[in-house]
Amino acid sequence: MINKVVANAEEAVADIPNDSVLMLGGFGLCGIPENCISALVAKKITGLTCISNNAGVDDFGIGLMLQQRQVKKMISSYVGENKEFERQLLSGELEVELTPQGTLAERIRAGGAGIPAFFTPAGYGTEIAEGKESREFDGKMYLMESWLRADFALVKAWKGDTAGNLIFKGTARNFNPMMAAAGKITIAEVEELVPAGTLDPNTIHTPGVFIQRIFQGVNYEKRIEQRTVSQ
Amino acid sequence: MALDKNGIAQRIAKELKDGYYVNLGIGIPTLVANYIPEGMNVVLQSENGLLGIGPFPKEEDVDADLINAGKQTISMVDGSVLFSSADSFGMIRGGHIDLTILGAMEVSENGDIANWKIPGKMVKGMGGAMDLVASAKNIIVAMRHVDKYGKSKLLSECTLPLTGVQCVKKIVTELGVFEVVPEGGFKVLERAPGVTLEEIKNSTAGKLIAEEEVPEMAL
Repeated sequence: MINKVVANAEEAVADIPNDSVLMLGGFGLCGIPENCISALVAKKITGLTCISNNAGVDDFGIGLMLQQRQVKKMISSYVGENKEFERQLLSGELEVELTPQGTLAERIRAGGAGIPAFFTPAGYGTEIAEGKESREFDGKMYLMESWLRADFALVKAWKGDTAGNLIFKGTARNFNPMMAAAGKITIAEVEELVPAGTLDPNTIHTPGVFIQRIFQGVNYEKRIEQRTVSQ
Repeated sequence: MALDKNGIAQRIAKELKDGYYVNLGIGIPTLVANYIPEGMNVVLQSENGLLGIGPFPKEEDVDADLINAGKQTISMVDGSVLFSSADSFGMIRGGHIDLTILGAMEVSENGDIANWKIPGKMVKGMGGAMDLVASAKNIIVAMRHVDKYGKSKLLSECTLPLTGVQCVKKIVTELGVFEVVPEGGFKVLERAPGVTLEEIKNSTAGKLIAEEEVPEMAL
């Protein structure tokens, strides 16, 4: 069997160079590749383009990379919980491409599925339509959007096996499965890594064909942005 | 008396029908979940990847891997299902969600909506709002009638960057219920309890259409 297992995050991201295009899974702080982000922060590479639905918060997630000015450009749908992000954006230090969330998800899915472009109604008639082709289908207007692909995709799963097969938990799935398929090299960090043959093939969400490197992460913080409880 | 935000949510809940799949936006729309009539089956979608949002969890059941689109910890209900964000927006774009309820900064009399950006001030991003308004079969806006400076949010034309065009069908504010009519304009369907048509006229900048007698809302 192909050996995909690496020891840890440091080894997994060791060959990621400056100016890479990265995808990072997660919605808010839910399902983000915490170990890989820590390793990138320690590695101090710069000039990165990060494709991720959000940009973390000031002191966690991608926010940690923003603090060190490692990010040149973000492609995201919502970046509201991060003051340093907003400061860099308004001062022009950081380039941002805001994309509707469903369009972002589909652009990534298209990247992994080999579909260079598609039409969606989201954003027609708004400023994000500027410079994009629009076309009518059955009486409704649609915008053409292009695929997204990455040099490295960093995803987080609940369980994985040595063949790279992944199972996600709860809403931590979010963007991770599409990103897994859209990376030239995809690195999966999992909470529990098991031998191939242990997971029930019926329950696997992401097939191992999309994963090049996998490791069992450590010290998951899983920070909660809005802890809401009922009595 | 004008409605408070819970009153707006309570009134919107009357638009729900048994068997509906509904997406609730952040803010007042989230409160609609508290007023789903007893015995009615309504499934709430969270666009990050869940159908069947339950109440906030008990302290001991809080799970960082289970949040709604507002990043709040939540629970699931019997029949809940989890999926990717691509599948989730496939449901939205494909027209499988019956009703979307969301907030707005401005709505125009032809149904345009602006709710994601204030140039030079707020650059948070649109999240899923553009996908939702472009695709939902039915869209109801829940919002204050005027902004904090007393300026009407029901306008002839939106002044802020648009989220979507000609998509809003109905608006519920603290003053009443309004239908965006095909020929353009806000038709007053109901007045909030004790609110006069005069008060509504004074707070509406866009074209207002009203019968001589507009019924008062029953909550």
